[in-house]
Amino acid sequence: MTEIIVVTSGKGGVGKTTSSASLATGIAQLGKKVAVIDFDVGLRNLDLIMGCERRVVYDFVNVIHGEASLKQALIKDKRVETLFVLAASQTRDKDALTQEGVERVLDELAKDGFDYVICDSPAGIEKGAHLAMYFADRAVVVVNPEVSSVRDSDRILGLLASKTRRSERGEGGVPGHLLLTRYHPARVEAGEMLSLQDVEELLGIPVVGVIPESDGVLTASNTGVPVILDESSNAGQAYTDTVARLLGEVRPIRFLDAPKKGFLKRVFGG
Amino acid sequence: MGILDFLRNRREPPAAMAKERLRIIVAQERAHRGGPDYLPLMRNELLAVIRKYVHVDLDAIDIHLERDGEHDVLELSVALPEGKGGE
Repeated sequence: MTEIIVVTSGKGGVGKTTSSASLATGIAQLGKKVAVIDFDVGLRNLDLIMGCERRVVYDFVNVIHGEASLKQALIKDKRVETLFVLAASQTRDKDALTQEGVERVLDELAKDGFDYVICDSPAGIEKGAHLAMYFADRAVVVVNPEVSSVRDSDRILGLLASKTRRSERGEGGVPGHLLLTRYHPARVEAGEMLSLQDVEELLGIPVVGVIPESDGVLTASNTGVPVILDESSNAGQAYTDTVARLLGEVRPIRFLDAPKKGFLKRVFGG
Repeated sequence: MGILDFLRNRREPPAAMAKERLRIIVAQERAHRGGPDYLPLMRNELLAVIRKYVHVDLDAIDIHLERDGEHDVLELSVALPEGKGGE
């Protein structure tokens, strides 16, 4: 059985691609065969985050249009044996992706024995985002503890419940998990940022992971190595925990407390 | 919270304001979700007609589409301004 997981958010810049890259890498590290697909046609970026941008010859749209086989277009990851990347096309044609085409590619991945397909959704609620979520079995909704991101996530949860294959078949919509990213415990403690509990309460679905704000994320994208492979960074460790939870393990959420301040800072604030 | 923060005499923390604003807007948007796309437009047109006769606030009209067994019930409620009831 192939499980299709969409990584989505509505709002841009919250960490969908960073999360897709790390979750796909983490699941593949456990020996599962994983394909991660960039649905952001026209604004390809997953290849950069995965560090395979110079190896893209054929892309998702080429496969859909029959200009290349799926085998030719899948880029085998150099670090994790069972991980494959399918890059987005740089075409400006908005209709390059079709529902039938996407379904055909997903079916072929299932036939080829992939355990997981991670669909990296573009921002917004247009066609690319719709097709990324349409065939999903599960959704990871990436959200920042910030008003516009939370509102957009709620909108996306509504679409997952009504505009997907599962909802059309009467199977109850696509179940979603929240992935809270760019979390800043010190600011939460200071009352400046929505807390994990606030976001969970507002959106009404469970959190599968909390990724703390971390310098490691920028370093990872600079170097083209998914941050989950940086075991020294809090973000990397938090993604490792998230992968375990996605696959059913129960793990406590880490990095929710701010580092302890020194005596002077505690007395005088700041 | 340190002495400096205390002296600044802060009002409601920003995160609490964010939560309250989100609570309201999310509830409002969920209430209208799943309804037909024409509902907001119809609401505005109905409001325009009502306002030809009675001066009501822009947010005085509430439209809900509710499923009652086999039927969809369109529920419309308009809050009229006080003291104008019997004119």
